[in-house]
Amino acid sequence: MNKILNKKQINLLAPWIVPILLILIWQVLAQIGWISTRVLPAPIAVLKAGIHLASTGELYKHIYISTVRAMWGFIIGGLVGFGLGLLNGIFRWSELLLDTSIQMLRNIPHLAMIPLVILWFGIGDTGRVFLVAIGVLFPIYINTYLGIRTVDRGLLEMGKIYGLSFWELFWQILLPGALPSILVGVRFALGIMWLTLIVAETIAANSGIGYLAMNAREFMQTDVVVFAILLYALLGKLADAIARLLETKLLQWHPSYQF
Amino acid sequence: MASQLSILSNLSNEYMTMTYKGVDLKILELSKAFGDKKILQQLDLELAPGEFVAIVGRSGCGKSTLLRLIAGLETPTSGGVLIDGEPLGKLNQSARMMFQDERLLLWKRVLENVGLGQRGDWGPQALWALEQVGLADRAHDWIASLSGGQRQRVALARALVSQPRLLLLDEPLGALDALTRIEMQRLIEDIWQKQQFTTLLITHDVEEAVTLADRVVLLEAGGVELDLPVPLPRPRQRGDAMFAALVERILERVLNSKNVSRKQTANQQYIYSNN
Repeated sequence: MNKILNKKQINLLAPWIVPILLILIWQVLAQIGWISTRVLPAPIAVLKAGIHLASTGELYKHIYISTVRAMWGFIIGGLVGFGLGLLNGIFRWSELLLDTSIQMLRNIPHLAMIPLVILWFGIGDTGRVFLVAIGVLFPIYINTYLGIRTVDRGLLEMGKIYGLSFWELFWQILLPGALPSILVGVRFALGIMWLTLIVAETIAANSGIGYLAMNAREFMQTDVVVFAILLYALLGKLADAIARLLETKLLQWHPSYQF
Repeated sequence: MASQLSILSNLSNEYMTMTYKGVDLKILELSKAFGDKKILQQLDLELAPGEFVAIVGRSGCGKSTLLRLIAGLETPTSGGVLIDGEPLGKLNQSARMMFQDERLLLWKRVLENVGLGQRGDWGPQALWALEQVGLADRAHDWIASLSGGQRQRVALARALVSQPRLLLLDEPLGALDALTRIEMQRLIEDIWQKQQFTTLLITHDVEEAVTLADRVVLLEAGGVELDLPVPLPRPRQRGDAMFAALVERILERVLNSKNVSRKQTANQQYIYSNN
């Protein structure tokens, strides 16, 4: 078989060998009864549960709702973090005024605020979006701020000598120079986005993937629970792939992204 | 395509034949201090339009500060700079500067780097500048794909594109290898002779100063210690006896000014020619 595959194909397939092997072992162990299906259902059972959920259309509804929540949280938190990062990165007075407060807030685990968030917003979607936004805000803020700060001051001086205005300096030097760091922030934030949503949806929700998992737990449907968890993994991987695509598109000039 | 190219080359010829004279630069009793630290003290220096002056001196003698003052990046503590008889305002509009690090924007292609800060239809003019430095064929490449010498040539094109009347060179060739450096020196001399801008070159390399400059100025403790004309015909030959004598004389002055003993001179000379 190896003779048919070229090096490129091997590179493409190699990362999947370990997961597939694990699933096979899992299936075998479940079938011979070493693992109780109450503890962990066989992969085939998980797959069947997924197919069942998809056939009733329930699955798409939950994925859609979760995605909308995640997106809103990401957009709101991302914009606020990006704006604050720019402001504090560019203006000394703003940094002096705001950075210490932001750093203090950053050190509060945002999931610890769940009781407070329920008190503030009730158990509706607003609270969940708020939590995601808070989670996303800080990685984007820090990486934007850092990115702006680490742009070579020599380039800015050069820009001034070459007659660039403030906005030209911003669009042509500061922002593109900070972009690699900002995109690192985006990738971090995407991870935190899903993490926050899982937790937020397991508490007092009536829709979404987290709800799907919690609801299944009530009825001891371990297969659905495992399926929901795998769904998160898949969606997380998808978000990461989009972020990577963004990096290769926007950072064409960067030596690390050239072939 | 062919007609487009001919239009471009016509334009290039137009730019090439266009002559514009360099500025008349006068530095009067210029002093600069950072806190208690006096960098420049009552410095006087004059550059005639189109003159090429090289400034040499030890590290920390105030060379870079002088250049930054002329560029308008710093404000003098006292005294001032006159450009064509006019006192220098905030930023020196007639001046362009080249740095030791090329300071190119990695996220812009070569041509866009050259056209930085240009208004209107700058494309043809940027291409003209790239032609001057022999890099017109790399116009659409990323900076990351260029070698160190090529990057410095792009930086030179960027300085030339607005047809500056004063070119300030802050050790622009310091980081290049010996061969590329000689190539760049020839290029700068060639373009300077064509464009006739006033040029102020800061360098650690006395040979480079004598190769390029009409006058070599030695800066010492914030003032002009030596102002020596270089009466050699261009292009100058490094093997020439007069050339060697002049280099020797300037080096001697640079080294003796700090009371360096004769025995150390040979070593120091080695360091200087490698810096």
